[in-house]
Amino acid sequence: MTSTTETAAVKAAAGPGAAAPAPRRARLWRGATPWLFLLAPLAFLIVFTYAPIANMVAYSFTDWDGVSPELRYTGAENYAELLTRPDLFEVFWVSGYYLAASVVQIVAALYFATILSFNVRFRNFFKGVLFFPYLINGVAIGFVFLYFFQDGGTLDSVLSLFGVETDRAWLGTPESANTSLAAVSVWRYLGLNFVLFLGAIQSIPGELYEAAELDGANRWHQFRHIIAPGIKPVLSLTVILSISGSLSVFEIPYIMTGGATGTETFVIQTVKLAFQFNKTGLASAAAIVLLLIVLAVTWVQRRLVPDSADDKRMDLA
Amino acid sequence: MNRRTVLALAVGAALLASGCTGTGGTSKGADAEAPDDPANVSGTITVLTHRTDLVQDGTMKKYAAEFNKTYPKVKVEFDGITDYEGEVKIRMNTEDYGDVLMIPAVIEKKDYPKFFASLGSQEERSKKYRFTDYTAVGGKVYGQSPLGAVPGFIYNKRVWREAGVTDWPTTPAEFLAGLKAIKSKTDAVPYYTNFKDGWPLSQWTGVRGSVSCDEQATTRWAEGNPWAEGGELRVADSLLYDIVHEGLSEKDPTTTNWEASKPKLAKGEIATMWLGSWAVIQMQGAAKQAGADPDDIGFMPFPAQKDGTFCAVTSPDYNQAVNIHSDHKEAARAWIDWFTDKSGYAEDNLALSPLKDAPLPDVLKPYEEAGVKLLDLDDSKGAELKTLENQSEVGINKPDYRKELVDMARGARKGDPDDYLDGLGEKWTETQKSLGS
Repeated sequence: MTSTTETAAVKAAAGPGAAAPAPRRARLWRGATPWLFLLAPLAFLIVFTYAPIANMVAYSFTDWDGVSPELRYTGAENYAELLTRPDLFEVFWVSGYYLAASVVQIVAALYFATILSFNVRFRNFFKGVLFFPYLINGVAIGFVFLYFFQDGGTLDSVLSLFGVETDRAWLGTPESANTSLAAVSVWRYLGLNFVLFLGAIQSIPGELYEAAELDGANRWHQFRHIIAPGIKPVLSLTVILSISGSLSVFEIPYIMTGGATGTETFVIQTVKLAFQFNKTGLASAAAIVLLLIVLAVTWVQRRLVPDSADDKRMDLA
Repeated sequence: MNRRTVLALAVGAALLASGCTGTGGTSKGADAEAPDDPANVSGTITVLTHRTDLVQDGTMKKYAAEFNKTYPKVKVEFDGITDYEGEVKIRMNTEDYGDVLMIPAVIEKKDYPKFFASLGSQEERSKKYRFTDYTAVGGKVYGQSPLGAVPGFIYNKRVWREAGVTDWPTTPAEFLAGLKAIKSKTDAVPYYTNFKDGWPLSQWTGVRGSVSCDEQATTRWAEGNPWAEGGELRVADSLLYDIVHEGLSEKDPTTTNWEASKPKLAKGEIATMWLGSWAVIQMQGAAKQAGADPDDIGFMPFPAQKDGTFCAVTSPDYNQAVNIHSDHKEAARAWIDWFTDKSGYAEDNLALSPLKDAPLPDVLKPYEEAGVKLLDLDDSKGAELKTLENQSEVGINKPDYRKELVDMARGARKGDPDDYLDGLGEKWTETQKSLGS
């Protein structure tokens, strides 16, 4: 033992003369290490997220058709066209269906999360059942529900088991189609909300419930005064996600109806502008306008319902 | 400078750099000459194709083997692409889009010389080949369709016979009466819109030229209003509206299924669909699989006559072209020539041959017997028509506006069809004006 420490000490003593800048280099390395670790993710982030967005912003000022080698700079013409064509914004009414659906979705998710946070029989099974739809690919869900809503399909046969003979085309009228599609989206995203809520609820210390029970609080009181305040940051996150999600619905209606029968959303419309009518410039502008709208709505929502100081660590903005 | 500013600057620089991407250098005006001596052409060429089915079942390989008998030193590879339009469009932003490809519909005609090598002058090629109009820019031809089709109604002969209709209807009203007879006398769905898949609805635009019997129909559409009273799209779209409005189409159009519709037509559960001669082989295949009689599949022209004769229009499939950046243009050209002239691809598909002197396919034999006039449309205004379609966002080759029309016809959408079609015409003519200015 002693001999090794001795040699190390000798080396250390001999060292400084030969390697004077070592501490400086070490400091440099220490400073660079996090960046080296960050190199790969940052490169991915820039190449696959920020660069395409920058390209899109650039395209939004041109009349590019998506393939031609020629493109002309047209200034803010695309934005002017967008804002002077009210018909392009009418599709936002469709988002109302999804907004209404997300209220249902949040309430239902909260309900299930609260119930399953208590000791319930088969609780893990129910958790699985609720979360499972979120794991399925959106395209697959679209196809599954196409059969579900088909004339004489799953929904009709299930209803007829209960003696209800509906002879309606579920995707046949704008109201019915949008409601059906919004219901599919509730089915799909309920699981995600549910898991978020459940996680937040379970992070509340158990003693609080015990103390509350001793004080004679029932389940509703526990929810109202312990759970609800405890999950507020997650709740506001969910609301923001739901609003921006409702404004930019795409997969399910695009696959199931292709935007026909009054189910066209803003994103479907943008895709059609870009890939059907080859107005990539205009479509890029539309995408950016949607981004701005979502940011604005989020900002307004944060203003109206600010987080309390304790929750700042959960702050999203 | 703190860390955050550095990061912001780095991201900003990256954004600027990417923002400058876009137009690269473009070469222009190359020719793909036909080789003089087949034995001397060499190289490996890649053929991009939308016929993934033929690539998978080895049919394309058989063509290539046959091709190699004449051109032993050329190796042909195939790249079957399912989402052909979407994928090739993006690949065409680079130089790597195969040696031979089908010209995607999205490419504007005026850009052809930037993307493709010319196959020769139109004057010369048009003597031998059909469809040279469709790819000609400035007197030079840039592509050649290996087969042609004729738009028309695919129908189940047995069902129509059972309904008591044996002659082809000559007016839209007669056609509607025929469908009504089918509804009352048989169990078949008289007409199937394929609403959900959508593209079969856009096929209706194929009536161009069949109603007016005019070789200049494309020019008329590009310069006039096809929805004017008596205009071709007015006639066709009104017929579609009436079919749906009178309850002669499937009950729930929103959940239709193209693949499932084929055996249904073959078995006589569906009586009629507007498609084209290209669909006959698929329907016959479906009939064989479903154990029905392939001979029941019939093909009829649009119910309109001019001076007592039906007119039908020949239309090209995807046009094959040579990539201007290809290193083996001679080999690529050899493939296109061989595939067009000698492969037998058109006959294999029961389709119209691109060679002007070739006999009509069996599918069209009834047309010959009935004296249906086959028209080759003049496509010199084809590019203008496409620009107009996109700029006006009417989309005559897209299903959307007909979907709205069908919704209106079955009462899922409020509106009057006449007003609606007038509105389309208005949008159309307004865009014409703004483009002309």
